[in-house]
Amino acid sequence: MTLRIVPLYPELLSMYGDRGNVRVLAQRARWRGLEVEVVPLALGEELDPVRADVILLGGGQDRDQALVAEALRGQAPALGSAIADGVPLLAVCGGYQLLGHRYLDQSGRETLGTGLVDLETIAGPKRLVGNVLVDVELAGARHSMVGFENHAGRTTLGSGVAPLGRVIVGAGNDGQGLSEGCRVGRVIGTYVHGPLLPKNPWLADQLLSWALDHRGLPMLLDPLDDRIEGAAVTAAVAQARRERRF
Amino acid sequence: MRIAPDYLGTLAERLEAGVVTISATNGKTTTAAMLNTILAHDTTVCRNAAGANLVSGIATTLVHCPADARVGVLEVDEAALPIVAASVRPRVMVLGNLFRDQLDRHGELELVADRWRTMVAGLDPQVTLVLGADDPAIDALAGTRGQIFRFGIDDPAVALPSRDAAADSTFCVYCGAAYHYDAMYLGHLGAYSCPRGDHQRGALDFAARAVRLDGVRGSVFRLDAPDGSSQVVLPLPGLYNVENALAAIAAAFALGVPSALASQRLAAFAAAFGRFERIAIDGREAVLLLIKNPTGANEALRAIAADLAGNQVVVALNDGVADGRDVSWIWDIDLEGLLEPAAGVICSGTRAVELELRLRYADLDDARVGRVADVETAVGAAIDATRDGGEVYVLATYTAMLEIQRALTRRGLTQPYWKTER
Repeated sequence: MTLRIVPLYPELLSMYGDRGNVRVLAQRARWRGLEVEVVPLALGEELDPVRADVILLGGGQDRDQALVAEALRGQAPALGSAIADGVPLLAVCGGYQLLGHRYLDQSGRETLGTGLVDLETIAGPKRLVGNVLVDVELAGARHSMVGFENHAGRTTLGSGVAPLGRVIVGAGNDGQGLSEGCRVGRVIGTYVHGPLLPKNPWLADQLLSWALDHRGLPMLLDPLDDRIEGAAVTAAVAQARRERRF
Repeated sequence: MRIAPDYLGTLAERLEAGVVTISATNGKTTTAAMLNTILAHDTTVCRNAAGANLVSGIATTLVHCPADARVGVLEVDEAALPIVAASVRPRVMVLGNLFRDQLDRHGELELVADRWRTMVAGLDPQVTLVLGADDPAIDALAGTRGQIFRFGIDDPAVALPSRDAAADSTFCVYCGAAYHYDAMYLGHLGAYSCPRGDHQRGALDFAARAVRLDGVRGSVFRLDAPDGSSQVVLPLPGLYNVENALAAIAAAFALGVPSALASQRLAAFAAAFGRFERIAIDGREAVLLLIKNPTGANEALRAIAADLAGNQVVVALNDGVADGRDVSWIWDIDLEGLLEPAAGVICSGTRAVELELRLRYADLDDARVGRVADVETAVGAAIDATRDGGEVYVLATYTAMLEIQRALTRRGLTQPYWKTER
């Protein structure tokens, strides 16, 4: 059994250390004796929904974002079928915005997203930048999610879409410092990079558990020695609290 | 500090041979130091200290300009360049490269490129542009201007074996199609062409050919310039410094220095602050390498890889404003396997734990990895752990490098950077 990690368009969407998320997922699976294959989807390729166990969507530069949005819209049916089949999807920053219906930049130019999640994003006048701390409840446990945000977009969630967490430090979805990210089933969107998974190993493990479940395997992962992760989280939490901006 | 633009222009006018501005994400300090080395044989140069490259720092430099200085060499921050250019009215502008760097401060790469396009469109036609043609976004700035020198590397033998993961702009600036690369040298720098024929690297006026890299010691290449060919023996390692040398030689040529003379003068070049600077400490040698983005860090690691065996490495990551508050870029460095030969690796700086985490995921979390947050203590520990005659490789972000430099100066091991003659 080989777990297939599929980063979408990594040559365009690997801006804020997004490759770190791929490395972390792959390594945490390997350290548990699971076989892993990283199968990036390149521009022009078709996503085969039955050959993906966890899908990652990163952030890109503004110009590349438009380029990738077009390609991604073409893959929306395949993505939708993978999601319906229980494949987890993590979308960060620009990728998070592309989960929604559209992105309106500051000059009023509209980029259509995939519409996989009922949300939309409108660029604000000022970029929201800094360390963040978010309170997340996932699969019955509470976690402190730490990282860095850097986005001009203000994202509004549709009425049926739950935020991923509650902002303790940071700007969050819309700059109000209230909600952060979105969560619909196994689809997670967030503005938090840094990258996200190294300092939030609980989330990496959750994605891996869902990936195992998708393959019909028990969602059991051996514990790892996460002392360095623990130290990094403690430092990041302290850092975020020092620079509380909102 | 608010400065009236006229005032800056008036100060700059005192420099009768004109001002050269040097801007690039990577290499501006080294290029400025190289150009200074070339020009200092003929005249006194007015130049800014490393990092004093925003409007305020440039104003200070011009105010305190030596009385007998005839030419200005100013490294200018990428975002500050349009304002500086409008007020200083340079004679020569070096536009080297644009890499992803400190995104939290500058906004995105694309934004800087846009501002540079607008700036170039509004320039006096008398200004000579020296363009890093290996970077598609820089090459495209040429437009239809007359006074242009393109520089670049033309030697597939030193190209990367595979695409650099940290590459940024690999899509045609005109139509968005993926460039075809005949050779990729550093990140997205290389010999590229758009498959739809909308853009390709322009003809090189200053080309490095027959390049021979010699580890941390330096490189040798043949320079083909408008006034003939010459051999350049560069005492600085890596292809980055080949690019920097080309930029400096082309800028000097624009001011009237023959390229063969410039090449010859570069052989005596000493490293700029934290750019492969070598310092003797207690019978050991510390090699200082400034890192600030994934492409630069990859290049630094590649340059030292062959010399790491049995030696100590210190990596110092700070997250001050000058370093970039966002440290996520360390996950884009290809250090998998590269640090394996080192006898020990010490993680240091305000984000030392983050580095340790990065190394863990590179499968390097064994007994050889340590963590000492204080940068000076970390370097001291690495020196102590090094055998006589051995080397300590210190890779540090900007403010961490400043801490190291201050500590070394305090111990009398090195002169303050701004006082050394180059």
